[in-house]
Parts: sequence; C-alpha cells; structure tokens
Amino acid sequence: MQRKHLLMRIVTYTLLLIGAGVFAMPLIWMVLTALKPVDQAMANPPTFVPLRWYTELDGQRLQVGVIDLPEAPADDTPVPVQMVSQWRLDVAGESVPVALVTGSDPLPGVPAVDEVEVKLSYHRRATLDAAAIDAMAINDRNKELARGWLMGRDLPVRVVEADSVDPPPAGWVLAAFYKDDGTFLWRVPVPEPLLRKVYNTDADRVGASYSETELRTVARSELLQVFHPWDEHERIPFEELESVTLPFSALDSTVAPRFENFGRSIDEMEMFNTYLFNTLFLCLLTVVGTVISSAMVAYGFSRLDWPGRDKLFGVVLATMMIPFPVLMVPMYALFREMGWIGSLKPLWVPFFFAGAFNVFLLRQFFMTIPRDITEAARIDGCSELRIFLQIILPLAKPALMVVALFQFMATWNDFLGPQIYLADQEDFTLALGLLRFQSQHGGTPWHLIMAASTLVVMPVIVLFFVTQRTFIEGISMTGSKG
Amino acid sequence: MMRMPRKETLTALMFISPWLIGLAVFTLYPLAASLYYSFTDFDVLSKPVWIGGGNYADMARDSVFWQSLYNTLFYAAFAIPLGLILSLLVAVLLNQAAKGQSVFRTLFFLPSIVPLVAVSMIWMFVFNGDFGLLNYLLTPVFDAVNGVLGTEYQPPNWLVASHLTKPTLILAGLWQIGGTVIIFLASLQDVPRSLYESAELDGANPAHRLWHITVPIISPVIYFNLIIGIINAMQIFVTPFILMPDGGTDRSALMYTVYLYDNAFRFNQMGYASAMAWVMFLIIVVLTWGATRLSRKHIYYAGA
Repeated sequence: MQRKHLLMRIVTYTLLLIGAGVFAMPLIWMVLTALKPVDQAMANPPTFVPLRWYTELDGQRLQVGVIDLPEAPADDTPVPVQMVSQWRLDVAGESVPVALVTGSDPLPGVPAVDEVEVKLSYHRRATLDAAAIDAMAINDRNKELARGWLMGRDLPVRVVEADSVDPPPAGWVLAAFYKDDGTFLWRVPVPEPLLRKVYNTDADRVGASYSETELRTVARSELLQVFHPWDEHERIPFEELESVTLPFSALDSTVAPRFENFGRSIDEMEMFNTYLFNTLFLCLLTVVGTVISSAMVAYGFSRLDWPGRDKLFGVVLATMMIPFPVLMVPMYALFREMGWIGSLKPLWVPFFFAGAFNVFLLRQFFMTIPRDITEAARIDGCSELRIFLQIILPLAKPALMVVALFQFMATWNDFLGPQIYLADQEDFTLALGLLRFQSQHGGTPWHLIMAASTLVVMPVIVLFFVTQRTFIEGISMTGSKG
Repeated sequence: MMRMPRKETLTALMFISPWLIGLAVFTLYPLAASLYYSFTDFDVLSKPVWIGGGNYADMARDSVFWQSLYNTLFYAAFAIPLGLILSLLVAVLLNQAAKGQSVFRTLFFLPSIVPLVAVSMIWMFVFNGDFGLLNYLLTPVFDAVNGVLGTEYQPPNWLVASHLTKPTLILAGLWQIGGTVIIFLASLQDVPRSLYESAELDGANPAHRLWHITVPIISPVIYFNLIIGIINAMQIFVTPFILMPDGGTDRSALMYTVYLYDNAFRFNQMGYASAMAWVMFLIIVVLTWGATRLSRKHIYYAGA
C-alpha cells in the first residue's frame, strides 16, 4: 500500500513537471529570444541563453559573432567566426571611416595594389546670422520665417541644383536646410563661403538625407583597420565583415542579456506610445462601461420582481449563443453610417450597454446576497437606486472585480474588433501595432519581434499574478453555476 | 395595491434599460439586418440590392467556401475532443494532493491569458521550419527513426506544408486550454472524497476511478465545456489569420471565419459574408443540438 502511494506521487510530480515545462516553454522562449542579439535568435542549433562571444585579437579582447556553433564542440573544433571591422583614413587630424570601393579589394591570388580608391561620407553645415538673412534675396515674410526657423542654429545643409529661370547670384548656392535627424526644413540661397564641410563618422549621419559622398585615391598604407565589438554589427558606417575560422578553445563567452532590445523594439514599432495610450484608453472605457451597465442590468434581473423577468433573462442567455460574425457586417455598416469607422468609438460605446455574459455572472452573485438586507432598507424608504449603489455594489465588490478584470483582458487582447474598425495607424491598439510591426519587417528581426511581444504580454501576466485569486474564482464561477 | 408592482416594474425597466437599448441596437437590429443582407448584393458603398437566395446558391457552387468549411470542421473534429480530454487530464493532475500545486496551476493557465496576436508571433517563431525550437527538439526523434528505418526524414515545415497547417493550428490551440482546465478543476473539487475512498477499497485503479466516478459526476461541466468548445472552434480566426495569411499553402488552413472576413472586408461582398455567417450560425446550432441529444442520456445531475 505504502509503495503504491509513493509510486503514485512520483508519477504525479513527473507528469506535473513535464506538463508545466511544455506549457511554460513557449513563453520562456519568447523572453529568452527577446534578450538575444539577432544572430543568436535565429541560430540553429539554438543558443538557449543570450551570450557574448570573445576572442583575443592582437592582445585585445574582441567581441565576435558566432553564428553557426557546432553542437558539442571540442577544444580543437573549428568554429566559423565573424568580426566587425572598418577602414579608417586620417583626414586633417581626424580619423574618418571609409568604404573600399568595390574592385579595390585584392582578389585571391592577385597581388595587392598600393593605391586604393575609397569613399568618404560628408555633409555641409551652416549657421545663419541676422546679417546673412537680411542679405538674402527673398521677401520680408520669408525673411521673418527664416529668422524663426534657421537663425543662430548650426544646421546640416545640402547644396541643390538651382533652377535656370531664377539662378542665385554668383558666389551663392541654393541650399536645402535640414534638421540633424534628416527632416527637411527649407530651401534658400546662401553665400557659398558660409558652408563648412564635415566628414561623417557615425552610421546615422552616413545614411542621412543631407549626406553626400566623395571618392579619393589613397595609398593602402594610409588606411587603418579598426575592429568593433560584434554588438555594433549593422550600426557602424562602412562595415566590413571579416570571416575567420578559429578553434573553439580560442573563444570564450559570457551570459549577456540584451535589455536594449526592448527600447529598440519600441523605436522600431514607430508609434508604441500611441498604441499603448489607445489600448489603455479602450481598456478604461470598456471596463467602466461594462461594470456600470452590467451591474445595473443584473440588479434589475435579480433584486427586483416584475412580470416576465425570468423569460427576458432567458433572452439574455440566448444572445450569448449568437456568433459575432453574424453581427459583424451590420454593425460595420451601422458604424459606417454614423461615421465612426476609423475612430475608437465602435470599440467602446457598445460596452456601455451591458454584456450578456457579465450580466449573467453578476446576477448569479447578486442572488446570493440575502433578501433581508435590502428589505430592511426598503421599509426604511430607501430608493432602489440607493439600495443598488450603497448596499449591493459594496457587497458585490469581488464579483465586480472579476467582471472588470475579464473585460480589461478581453479589450487588451482583442484583435478582430480593432482589425475591422480601425484604419489609421494613430488609432491602432498594441495588438494591431504588433502585427503591423511583424508584417512590415517580414519576420527577420526575431529578437525585436519577441521583445515587442514580451512588452504586449507582460502587463497581462503581471496583472494576472496580482489578481490571481479573483481571476481563478471568476472562471470557476462560470462553469459551476452554469 | 395595483400601483406598487407597476412602480417596481418601471424601476426595473430603468435598471435594465442599458441592456434593452443594447439588445435593440447591437443585437436585434444587426441580426435582422444580417438576415436581410444575406439575400442581397451589398458592398456597403451603395444600397443593398435584393437577389433572393442568390448568395446561398453561390455558396453551394463556391469551392473555396466548401474548402473553408471542411478545414474548420476538420479542425473542430480534433481540437474539441483533444482539448476536452487534455484539459480534463490536466485538471485531474492539478487536483492531486501535491506540493506547489498553485504554481503548477499558474503555469498551465498562463498561456490562456496571452493576447492571441502575441501567441501567433510566438508560434511563427517556434514552428519555423529552418530555425524553430520545435524542429530542433524533434531532431533527435527524427534521427532515431531514420537510424532504425534507414530513411531520411527531415523535420517538416509546419507552417507551410499543406498537410501540416491544420495539425499545427490544433497543436497551437491545445496550448490555451487553461480556462477549460480551471472550470474542470473547480468541478473536481466538488466531487465527494468518500466516493474515491470506497472505490479504492474495492480495488479500483486510478483509470477506473476517473472513468466510473469522476467523469459521470462532472458530466454537466463536460457538457458545458463541450458546447463552449464547439462555439469557439467553429469561430477560430486570429491564429490562422496571422500564421497562414490567405489560407496558407493551397488554402489548406483557410478557416470559415477567415474566409467570411475576407469576403466582408477585403472583397466587399457583405451580402455573401452575411449569408456565410447565417450558415455558420445554423451549423453551430445543429452541432450544439446534436451534442445535447447525444449527451442527454449520459449527463448525471446530482439534484435530479
């Protein structure tokens, strides 16, 4: 007997552990991937924890990329390794990154040439003072604007070709002014000596709309190769990937979660804050609407006696059976008629008219509150509204919590509603924003997609942990009293 | 004497007025309109044009419609029973006296509250044919099978291979049985302990006890979950919509609601979509009725 019980316990725990592992795995995998760099996110065989790989190069510890790590490597297993490097050229005392122009690279077996052609990225800058603006051949209104927008600011400038009808005076050029982030400000003729040339050293400048390139031929000995940590992959200008094969013993690794992935995924989602605001706005309104209206209706169906009450409650239950697709088309047509499509209204207004499921849940709860409590108040001449607000609602707090919680989760998780009714990106909810982010990137930056998913999932999980008891009781109520 | 009940009726009407308005505007009107649209040619932009049973006749000839119906019934035929069985077994497991049950309960339930869009993102990644976690975990299984049989099977591309898209959706759906598990668990806690104890004295093994005691006693809850299962399975939308856009390879995962959505909001055939919605409603009613008929004999009501 005793041995049989022990065996049962072992079997129970084994099954529980395996089951819990299987059920938790996808979520754990999501969070782990969210913390990885892109190459480890898509590695096969997968790396389970986010790592940083290092090797020794010229006495320096350099972070490298290990994309295809063989399974169970021995010390002498050859491992393909990638390094991020960059060629630099000294220009007037400043070290400027350059690109080797295609064809300058020596082919295998061909002796290296002494001279190579390189590409440099630069942009021009200018600061306009009051005198410079006064001297411009533009009307007073435009001068006024120019003072407001451009005066005293050190701005990037791109020289554009002047049209032949109205050319700027000799020694002047037509200059397009930009902000540093690349947004175009204004086009205006300026005296050429005002422009300064600045060589670009970071990736954002090299890719900016105001930047230009020039070619130079230089001696190979003038070039300097600089190595960057692998985490800067695709974030530095004119990157050159060096592939080498190293024995596994030359590599070492540390566990390094990339928390910056969350910030990057927020940036890449473009309007994360707007999505979050819209979602919270809808959650707030639907929760308030559902709780107030469903509680009122449930009160009418449970604490008041009137002819036909139970028959009508049967109708409440029956409406729960109607599948949403049946109502979907006319509701869309109705909201379209009202001009609500492309606004958030279709997603919250209906919730102020009581949901059948919530009415059912609250009615069950209200019926458990003893009649005597309200009878006494009624005899004292209390109005029904006061009984509802001051006696029933405080007593029903746990049930109202359940309804609020379910509604919050339902609104946060809803996809079909927003997908049908919302048109503009400014109105999107997090669920729509997440899908848009994924489909726009064609599913390559998996680490960022998983980071964004984690951001969407985490609030519901935290809320669940905080309210676990209420939640589980709420669901149990659905089944047992149904 | 007559005034009292009338006053109470008026008060009650005031209390239920939100629902009455909602019923009229967001249920009865759409219901009637949808039925009317289903007999019209309607593109939202212009007024609906009466075409009688044209949409229903078109449906009978539309092979894509039949494909989507087949896919959905296929999905339901596996997802509903597998979901019920698995969630009952998990509930029984969670009902055993063991340390840390609240932690286990949480782990089994957590997937059910995750937004379906995020769930789809996770599946897209996990089921990926090239670097997905699932195929990595299956590699040793395939190696073992190939070693024994001398074959060269490779882990498949779950989201693309047309014979695997529906099984993938079924598997993915099984991950989110948490709600059903909790409902089962609550009902299991109401089963009197004494029944198990006397059965154990009679020498019944755990499988016997499950089949002959637990299942009959909680049969009303099984029935409840079955009905919910039918309604949900027939309306599966988000995961196929995202994981297998446009129905996936050879429309192998084009689900009924996805095709309905496409007709309504991509092809602007609102009349046809409404007709499809009513056919779906009818199918759900028939399936529910069938389930009720079948289970009536087997449901045990403690009170009755």
